[in-house]
Parts: sequence; structure tokens; C-alpha cells
Amino acid sequence: MGKVVLKLGRDISTDDIYPGRFMATVLPTETPQFCFHDRTEFNARLNSKQIAPGSFVVADENFGCGSSREQAASAIRGHELNVVARSIARIFMQNAINLGLSLIICPTIEASEGDELELAEGKVVNKTTGKQFATVPLPPARQAIIDAGGLVPYTRKKLLEQPAR
Amino acid sequence: MGMTVVEKILARAAGLPATKAGDVVEPRVDLAMSHENGALVINQFKEIYKDTGREPKPWDPSRIALIFDHRVPAEGPKTATNHKMIRGFAAQHGICKFHDIRGDRGGICHQILPEYGYVRPGSVVVGTDSHTTSHGALGAFSFGIGATEMASVWALGVALNIEVPPTIKVVVRGRFPEFVGPKDLILHIIGKLTAQGANFRVLEFHGETITAMSTSGRLVICNMSVEAGATSGIVPADDETERYLRTEAGVTDPIDRVLPDADAVYESVLEIDVSKLEPQIACPHTVDNVKPVQQVAGKALQQIVIGSCTNGRLDDLAAAARILEGKKVAEGTRMLVFPASGRIYAQALEAGYLKTFMKAGAVVMNPGCGPCLGVHQGALGDGEVALATTNRNFKGRMGNPKSEVYLCSPAVAAASAITGVITDPRAGGR
Ligand code: SF4
Repeated sequence: MGKVVLKLGRDISTDDIYPGRFMATVLPTETPQFCFHDRTEFNARLNSKQIAPGSFVVADENFGCGSSREQAASAIRGHELNVVARSIARIFMQNAINLGLSLIICPTIEASEGDELELAEGKVVNKTTGKQFATVPLPPARQAIIDAGGLVPYTRKKLLEQPAR
Repeated sequence: MGMTVVEKILARAAGLPATKAGDVVEPRVDLAMSHENGALVINQFKEIYKDTGREPKPWDPSRIALIFDHRVPAEGPKTATNHKMIRGFAAQHGICKFHDIRGDRGGICHQILPEYGYVRPGSVVVGTDSHTTSHGALGAFSFGIGATEMASVWALGVALNIEVPPTIKVVVRGRFPEFVGPKDLILHIIGKLTAQGANFRVLEFHGETITAMSTSGRLVICNMSVEAGATSGIVPADDETERYLRTEAGVTDPIDRVLPDADAVYESVLEIDVSKLEPQIACPHTVDNVKPVQQVAGKALQQIVIGSCTNGRLDDLAAAARILEGKKVAEGTRMLVFPASGRIYAQALEAGYLKTFMKAGAVVMNPGCGPCLGVHQGALGDGEVALATTNRNFKGRMGNPKSEVYLCSPAVAAASAITGVITDPRAGGR
């Protein structure tokens, strides 16, 4: 269970999530400070730890469109936020899965900032409005990566199955 | 059942007789490209090898390309240190497709790859850049991935768990009117499809307009396919592909054209006639907010930008120079030109285009990504408006969330530079 701390519209780009100006920063320990940097107030609340881990970012369609920059996924992951979006752009979705970010596709989600959401099997429950919304499973092709806890451990396992070069 | 060109490429690369949309495959990778974000790839690559007792060595250094373009020359110590780290990695592993910050071999990755013949029809290309879709212009299946996924490719030589994407067939007919071209076509398509209309799909381009189009133009339409969400754009290889690879990229080895089957199954077909197409503009703050130039003509501009992996090629500079010849950039408007590569810079110098730009009052910048991604060079002030031949107008893209970016062709950009307001080139001097 967690609060909706940011409600976003459609076509939120990775430039919005993580502006290009900070792309020289690559370490997952350092990227979170620039998360939604130009949404100044929200960024300040994140950085002063006023937002609890497990809180929700709720977005309309095509969340994470644009640049392939992985920092966008790593920054949100660093704050341990859940992302619930009506639909998600391809590269962002893959980056999120690869890094183990909690990502929920929920085509009909309705929630306002401050609402309490709960994740349940196959649905998102809005505790504040009492409404439920069905989720769409992530691509089955990626399930093995999710199960492995991300692409690094998954690739490591594959690598060790091969003879050493 | 017939296959689309991407289904065929993936079948070959995965060693299967056939694939169809929805199958999950592990294609071998022919070329793996990164730029400055190679620093992040290197970190993740080392992470994969942690505690394995194995040396982190890429599967095939000859298939890795590393190109400095996003922040060249470095805007600060952090980037310079990333450059240094990547340079060291390239030297250590003998990566010869490495393009450092140089006036001769340097440039934007999406220009260097075709220019040096690194991309071939039928190959699988991945890049840690969303505009890796560009290389579909040469008949390759080429798509953007994240840094961790690239690290995985470096380790294994295959792309893991790839879902074969469905394909939208785009058939383009008619001759472009004067001052209308590939950029207007792709903006028009993105406006029609919307920013997510092709998400998880491939756009396969066909029709007489595409056949007649140069590789330079095809790079424009494939480049921006990602702005409709597409995994990739692709133009099946033809005589023009072969001409480009032989005469411009200096390729001498055999070229294998991989073509779609006549009975290939497409998810949908989009037909477009360009014979009455007007110059198009993408308005702030989404690329699919597309209007004919007339509807936004007169909008005052503080900055004009010509360049990028979309429109920084020789024909783009030629089109702009033709309009600017003997004219001046309007007072109160600044114009920046950044050729896509060192080779193009030299060619534009030779042809006199750079002189035309400088005499008109434009600033000619070094090859690279320049102001496109808002990191350094050419940021906008609060409330300022830019008109650019780049490919993205997201809020803050050009370095300032309080500014606006409009996107257009080189012809519209050049005509507007003279007036200082968005201007239809067809109404201009010639
Ligand atoms: S020119 Fe712009 S869009 Fe193209 S690769 Fe560089 S930053 Fe990306």
C-alpha cells in the first residue's frame, strides 16, 4: 500500500524523468538526486526524503517515451517508487525490467494525488475511491528476467552456462 | 506464410527457418553501438562478471562501435572522465570501430555507422540510443536498447528474449512538391500515428517515393520512426542501398539484400500520397503535435538550429545554403549549424555551404549532437523559442523547461532564419 505522490499526463518522456543535462552521471547511487529534476517541488520532496518508499507515480499513456537513457529507470528505482501507467514505451519498459523497477501497466487506472493504492493479483485497488482496475501482464518474453531479479543476474547465469572464452 | 523483412532477418539471426510476430528469439548481434553512455555500459558489463572468476572481455570487439558525439568536446570534467574511461576500454580491447573527438573521423553515431559501412542489409544492429532506428535505412533491423541490455550483448553476443515485433507497412506514393521532403513526410506520419501509434512495432517503408529517395532521406524517416514509438523503421535494401554502400561508404564485400516476401503478413497498411504534402511543423511539447507550416507561420524565433542525426547531412546543408545564399539571419535571431560528421563538414566546406552560413551570420559548430539534447552549446533562455531540424521537442529538451522547440525541415529552418519568424519556404524569395 502506498500513496500517489505524482500524477502525470500522457507521453511523459525520459527527458522529463531525467533531463539530458545530467546524463554524465551514471552510477545508480548518484542518479536518484536528478529524478524528475525539472519538476522542482517534487524533486525537492524526493531528495529531502519526504516521500516514502513504495509510493506511486501514476501516468497516462506512453510513459517513458523518447531517449533510451537508462538513468530514467535507475533514478525512479533509487527512490523505490512504483510506476503505474496506462501504457509504457518500449525501451523504458525494458530498462525498468532489466533494473528491477516496479512497473505496472493498468490501461484504465484512475487515481489522484494523495489516493492510497494497493497492488493485488491482476489489479490495482484505489483504496480512497474504492475502485479497482485490471492490470496487463508485462511481456511474457521478459518474465525470466523479472524472475531472475534483473538482467545482470540473468545474463551472469547465461554466461556461466557457456564455456569460458 | 510469408515473412516481413524483420521476421526474415530475425529468423536468420536466430538460426531458425522462420519467425512470426510474437515469437521470442535470441538473435546474434552483428553490430553493437554505444556513445558516451558506453561509460554506463562498461560499469554494468563489469557487474555481470563480478564473482564469476572470469575476465570481462567482450564477445567480439570487431562488432562493437563506440562513438563520441553527445557531449563533444566535453562540457565538463565528468563527461571528460567518462570519455577517458571509454577511450581506455576501447584501447584495452582493441575496438577499432572507435570514433574519438576528431575533425576527420568524428561525428554523430547515426551518421558514422552508415558513412563507414558498418551497417549492412539483413544485419541486426543494436545501439544504446533510441534513434538507432536510423539504420533501418540500409535494410538492417536496428533498434535502441538500454545500457544494461548492451552490457548483456557485450557478454553474450546475442540479444536476449526479443519478441518479434508486428510490422506496419507504410506505402508512400507521389513526388514531393518543391521545398517538401523526407522530414515533412515523417512528421506527417508521426502526426497521423501519434507518439505511441507504432509502440512495439516496425514501420516497413515501401512505394515509389521511397524507391526514388536517397539513403540520406531514408535515414531521416527511419531515424524518426521511434517518435511514433516504433521499435524500428526499415527500408528493404534496393539499388540505392547498394549505390550508397559502394560509392559513399566504400563497401567492397558482397551485399546480401534481405527482402520481405510478397505474401508477408502486416498488422496494418498505411498509404500516403506526398504530391500535395505541405511543409510540416511539430509544435511544443510533443513530436506528434504536427501542423502544416501555414498554421504556425509568423511565430517569433530566437534560435534556429540546423543539424543532428536527423537533418545534419550534406543534402540538408545544401538545401539550407541555397535559401540563405546572399541573405542575412534576422536581427534578434541566432542561427546554429552543426554538420553531422567531420566528413560532411569537409564536404560542406568544399561546396561553399559553410561560407554561406557564416556570411549570413550563422554560427557553424563542430560535428556532434550540439544543442539537440540540451547538454551544452545553444541552450535556450526562459521563454525563448527555437526552430530546429532535430527530432525532439519535449519540454526541456534544448536545456530549459521554460522554453519551446518547434521541429521542421532544413528548408523551413533556413527560410525562417531570414525572417526571424516561422516562414513557409514556398512563400520565400525563390
Ligand atoms: S543528434 Fe540528438 S537525437 Fe541524434 S543522437 Fe545526438 S542527441 Fe540523439
